Amino acid sequence: MTHDDDGLRPRLEIITATTDPNARSRSRRIAGALFVVLGLATGLAAGWLALPALLYGRQEQPLPFNHLVHVEAASMSCEACHIFAVDGSFRGIPATAGCVDCHAEQQGATEAERILVEEYIATGREIPWLVYARQPDNVYFSHAPHVRRAGLECRRCHGDRGTSTGTPPYEVNRITGYSHALWGPRIQGGGPNEWDSMKMSDCVDCHAASGVQDHCLMCHK
Amino acid sequence: MHATENTGARYAMAIDLDKCTGCGACMVACAVENNVAVPPPAAAANRGLTWMAVHRTDNGQEWPAHRPVFIPIPCQQCEHAPCIHVCPVTAVQLDESTGIVGQVPARCMGCRYCMAACPYHARYFNYFDPTWPEGLEETLNPDVAPRMRGVAEKCNFCHGRLDRARERAAAEGRPADEVVAYVPACVEACPHGAITFGDSRDPASPMAQLARDPRAFRLLEALGTGPKVTYLSADPAVRRVGLSRLDMVRGATAVTADGAEGA
Repeated sequence: MTHDDDGLRPRLEIITATTDPNARSRSRRIAGALFVVLGLATGLAAGWLALPALLYGRQEQPLPFNHLVHVEAASMSCEACHIFAVDGSFRGIPATAGCVDCHAEQQGATEAERILVEEYIATGREIPWLVYARQPDNVYFSHAPHVRRAGLECRRCHGDRGTSTGTPPYEVNRITGYSHALWGPRIQGGGPNEWDSMKMSDCVDCHAASGVQDHCLMCHK
Repeated sequence: MHATENTGARYAMAIDLDKCTGCGACMVACAVENNVAVPPPAAAANRGLTWMAVHRTDNGQEWPAHRPVFIPIPCQQCEHAPCIHVCPVTAVQLDESTGIVGQVPARCMGCRYCMAACPYHARYFNYFDPTWPEGLEETLNPDVAPRMRGVAEKCNFCHGRLDRARERAAAEGRPADEVVAYVPACVEACPHGAITFGDSRDPASPMAQLARDPRAFRLLEALGTGPKVTYLSADPAVRRVGLSRLDMVRGATAVTADGAEGA
């Protein structure tokens, strides 16, 4: 669209009183378009990149842990460490006492191994692992009905932890204090895999699909 | 009527007022079990929380016939609960599989309609954020979430204990629709065995027999709320108080958890 088609042109000439009214209005339009595009880009970058980076604090695990070495080289089963108690309660994080059989003496010369043996095994202290899947205080969850009764595999909710070789940083939401793993990698929640998030909607969807009754107090305490 | 009318359990309680001495052990056990916080020392007497409240009245006679009467009042878990109908945010639900009226603090917006609607005054409001004396937070029950300031709360028949019983049932391979047996904290604590608990739909349960006991009545029965707590007393005066003159109880002093008497 040009001002040549514009019935207002004679009056604009009088008001602006420029030597080249076409060039001036073109530069103003470019500046306006730049303002909109740059402003949108800045806003989107702040909302989609800066905000999530600011929202989550990163904490390192007390020690690195390699599942694959334990499963393959030491040929341990998952149930060797992650066990059900007789009353049905589930021990997700094994006690240090379970490490003593192999790690009474240092298995290699790494600094992490020295810390494990000297600071935890020798003193009997528990390792303060940061639990990626820890739920908020008002959530009641029991592994027994899901694993023993419904027969769900661990990976359905936790992913393939058994083949992981390291411990990614624990990301915690600075406002809520909840683990990022509950929300999932996508900004809008969830991720490409069904185990990428552990939100209430994930629980509700599965309960609805499998016909489990979902009264509030079933999962809230 | 609901389609699920005859499936699942109807957990129910029976309290024998002829056995109750008003010792308050049930109140203490309840507060410890359910992480009920102690209000700040400067708080008004009516701002404390007692999911199980032992109220005191008497049989209205002069000495020597005079006799104090203690009426422990937890949430009555009404089948037609007024608090459910008035809640504007659906923070209260009747669990069709257990008959327990559940309160969800995270949904509650603190309007306190439920407290006004409850004819038994069995609902309480968190006027303060919960705090525990130094060291006592170590004794908190991990199966019950503490509530925050600004929400209502009430007895839920020790749902945390029901969760544990269900967990054990799942671990033992029992089916999901099997009714599990458990015991709330107040029942366990009562030194006189005055409180009985069980599934009232199970004909073999003592609850089914106690409901047919000639001494049995329910608080303000004529309101039609369908309470699941049955009271037992051989004294007609006590039954009259429970059936129609609960205002006598409300006006009387209540024994608080620390042993003092508050309004």
